[in-house]
Amino acid sequence: MTTATHFPLNAGGDGAAPGHDPTPVSGAEILIRSLEAEGVEYVFGHPGGAVIKIYDEMHRIQPSWEHILVRHEQGGTHAAEGYAKATGKVGTVLVTSGPGATNCVTGIADAFMDSVPIVVFTGQVPTALIGNDAFQECDTIGVTRSITKHSFLVRDVADLASTVRAAYHIARTGRPGPVVVDLPKDVLLATAPFHYPDEVALPGYSYVGKGNREQIERAAEMIMASEKPLLYVGGGTINSGATKELTALARKTGIPVTTTLHGLGAFPETDPLSVGMLGMHGTWYANQAVQNSDLLIAVGARFDDRVTGKLDAWAPQAKIIHIDIDPACISKNVPVDCPILGDVRLVLEELEPLLSAKDTSAWLARIDGWREDCPMDFVPDGKLRPQQIIQALREKTGGDAVVVTDVGQNQMWAAQFFSYARTRSHITSGGLGTMGFSLPAAMGAAFGMRGQDVPVISINGDGGFLMNSQELGVCAAHGLPLKIVILNNSFLGMVRQWQELFHDERYSHTDLTTTNPDFVALAKAYRCEGLRCDKPEDVQATIDKAWEINDRPVLMEFQVITEEMVFPMVPAGAATDDMITQRFDPELSA
Amino acid sequence: MTDTATLTSQQIIRKKAAGEPVNADDAPMVHRHVITVLLENSIGALNRVTNMFSARGFNLESVSVGETDRDRVSRLTLVTTGNDRIIAQVLQQLNNLVDTLVVDDVTNQEYVERELCLIKVSYEAETRPALMDIVEIFRGNVINITPETMTFEVTGPTSKINAFIGMIKPHGINELARSGRVAMRRHLAFEA
Ligand SMILES: Cc1cc2nc3c(=O)[nH]c(=O)nc-3n(C[C@H](O)[C@H](O)[C@H](O)COP(=O)(O)OP(=O)(O)OC[C@H]3O[C@@H](n4cnc5c(N)ncnc54)[C@H](O)[C@@H]3O)c2cc1C
Ligand SMILES: Cc1ncc(C[n+]2csc(CCOP(=O)(O)OP(=O)(O)O)c2C)c(N)n1
Ligand SMILES: [Mg+2]
Repeated sequence: MTTATHFPLNAGGDGAAPGHDPTPVSGAEILIRSLEAEGVEYVFGHPGGAVIKIYDEMHRIQPSWEHILVRHEQGGTHAAEGYAKATGKVGTVLVTSGPGATNCVTGIADAFMDSVPIVVFTGQVPTALIGNDAFQECDTIGVTRSITKHSFLVRDVADLASTVRAAYHIARTGRPGPVVVDLPKDVLLATAPFHYPDEVALPGYSYVGKGNREQIERAAEMIMASEKPLLYVGGGTINSGATKELTALARKTGIPVTTTLHGLGAFPETDPLSVGMLGMHGTWYANQAVQNSDLLIAVGARFDDRVTGKLDAWAPQAKIIHIDIDPACISKNVPVDCPILGDVRLVLEELEPLLSAKDTSAWLARIDGWREDCPMDFVPDGKLRPQQIIQALREKTGGDAVVVTDVGQNQMWAAQFFSYARTRSHITSGGLGTMGFSLPAAMGAAFGMRGQDVPVISINGDGGFLMNSQELGVCAAHGLPLKIVILNNSFLGMVRQWQELFHDERYSHTDLTTTNPDFVALAKAYRCEGLRCDKPEDVQATIDKAWEINDRPVLMEFQVITEEMVFPMVPAGAATDDMITQRFDPELSA
Repeated sequence: MTDTATLTSQQIIRKKAAGEPVNADDAPMVHRHVITVLLENSIGALNRVTNMFSARGFNLESVSVGETDRDRVSRLTLVTTGNDRIIAQVLQQLNNLVDTLVVDDVTNQEYVERELCLIKVSYEAETRPALMDIVEIFRGNVINITPETMTFEVTGPTSKINAFIGMIKPHGINELARSGRVAMRRHLAFEA
């Protein structure tokens, strides 16, 4: 364990302010300068009474970072998440007290579930009024307690800079996560000299780096002794920046790789060793591989129930090696045979030299058999099917894009049909499954990717898109060249799918036809370009046209068929062996 | 539902590791654990500890909190129950909290534990000697007396407190307050 007391500042950039100033300045200014010292690039924020002093000082100081005025605080938190996931840096949010803070709750919970490093600064009523039901008071620390990695209430302006320092340190290190810093108004008005410390004093906080050598050696033995090994790769691999190490290890040993939803992009899906995503809507062959494997090597993955289905029946033959940075994640859902506590990259670096080429050809041939039995495809029958659109986007970009999805069927098709080949090229809300995530997260990603020639594509359902569509105006104002796709099936499609399969086709309150807006007109109202497509033969032209516009966002509405379902599928709570592979499974209609 | 016949060897190993019954009629392997925590006394720290238990669905039988010799550091004694996997989770999640400095599961260690119990009973002239006998045997004290009621104080391991309450119960308990356990590792003289 490393008890991190010293951690170098990542303050790069030209505008980085000096870390010390003996003249007393306001708490608001201390915050602004602390963010500069921390190397923050963007703050996604929304003003209000409790934080007005910060906005006032911002106006005066013109900090090195850029404030992006979002149109809803939830959008701000998702933007910070998108920024963090696209860049690997910490995202920053600034909001007012009370409703400003409660509007952030969904985004904070989302970041907590998906281990996304963000710091959320919330205004608070003056210290003397706390607990008095003052105007716009909310016990923000209390409300967010179980959805934050940690939180701080700053009561003394003298502690402000060191608290900011600690907040970023906690958010980014170990298993990343959201940190809330609650700022009472009087603290922002009070004055103190500015001093941004190099050191973080957090005696109760530590995180692991290198793995235990003996465990790594044991893992190497288990891997060399296995006959049907499978790498089960999750979001921790991407967070750790271990794509290169993972790829080298897989290719050296010939071990096939499946990834979770959050692991997409950690290993090129174009590689013959890739078996795609596992789990509820993963490929048939990945799930078959899991069920038949004798050794699962979990790399920064957390055995989510959307991956395992019914636990008792999952991977019944497999011994399990689990590499994870969070001790509480090890053996949480599935007891493992060989836990390795550590950072994925550091562990793989040590593990790889202990391994040599293995003959996995028989095992790979079996997997290929399953691949042929049930490949990941769909029926091109002249109707506009959502999968076709995802494939066309893949072809247009050659995979050089950042795909940010919403939640529902659109999310699953985007996961299944894009074939991710680059790390950080896929961003989604997996753990909380937050509808309305995609547009603001794509916006945050686009800010993070500014100046890089990689398109950011936001994929949405017609339901979720409306949950944060207000951010269209922000995307337009900043001329972000976002490619926004709406797979409009006129339904809450994923819920409809469950209703069709498990609730005797009772489509209770999932039809959106009468409440959906004209999406193209909506885009235009926000000064974005809007395109509509309802025929398979027009898909390419629509995409081509969208790719010609690069000074503002383009929204493409694809009117896809309503009936399409996401397959294969392990029904919730069912065993992975009971995967439904196609629409008319004889078992289902029996 | 499950039994050894239908489980793979790997599944049996996993179940055992989790402290879960392998056969349907196996007794559940739930144990009571006493955990001591040194906690940095920042705003909301205690709340974060207790909240973690409810948020993660862990049992929390008792908590006792008090100051220590160190400034801004308090000491908690927590009593929780669960199978081995749950207990391991409890410990890890406690460790993950930024405010916890030391987390120590003393259950299987040499440790001393005490609980304080205050108990108020009504008495009459004829019941008084019997009550006094009980208090005497448990080395308790009378800390308050009125013509109708007496209040006793007893300290000891939880089992002793339970026994004491059991003895007093037939006389009718008016009011009862227990501190919850406080615990500390025992240091044996030859170790030091
Ligand atoms: C509609 C819907 C359907 C879904 N279907 C599926 C599905 O079919 N398949 C699927 O896989 N998911 C699916 N999900 C997502 C699922 O709910 C989980 O979010 C996802 O499986 C978790 O991914 P993960 O295991 O990679 O963990 P993450 O949530 O990405 O967690 C990362 C893990 O890595 C660890 N870690 C972080 N950093 C490091 C580091 N530096 N070193 C070591 N370890 C580290 C963390 O401690 C954690 O354990 C679905 C979600 C929705 C909304
Ligand atoms: C905020 C929120 N509310 C409800 C849900 C439950 N839910 C999951 S998918 C889904 C349907 C989404 O519909 P749409 O956005 O049109 O996407 P589609 O499934 O049709 O692609 C719903 C309601 C959710 N995930 N998030
Ligand atoms: Mg829809």
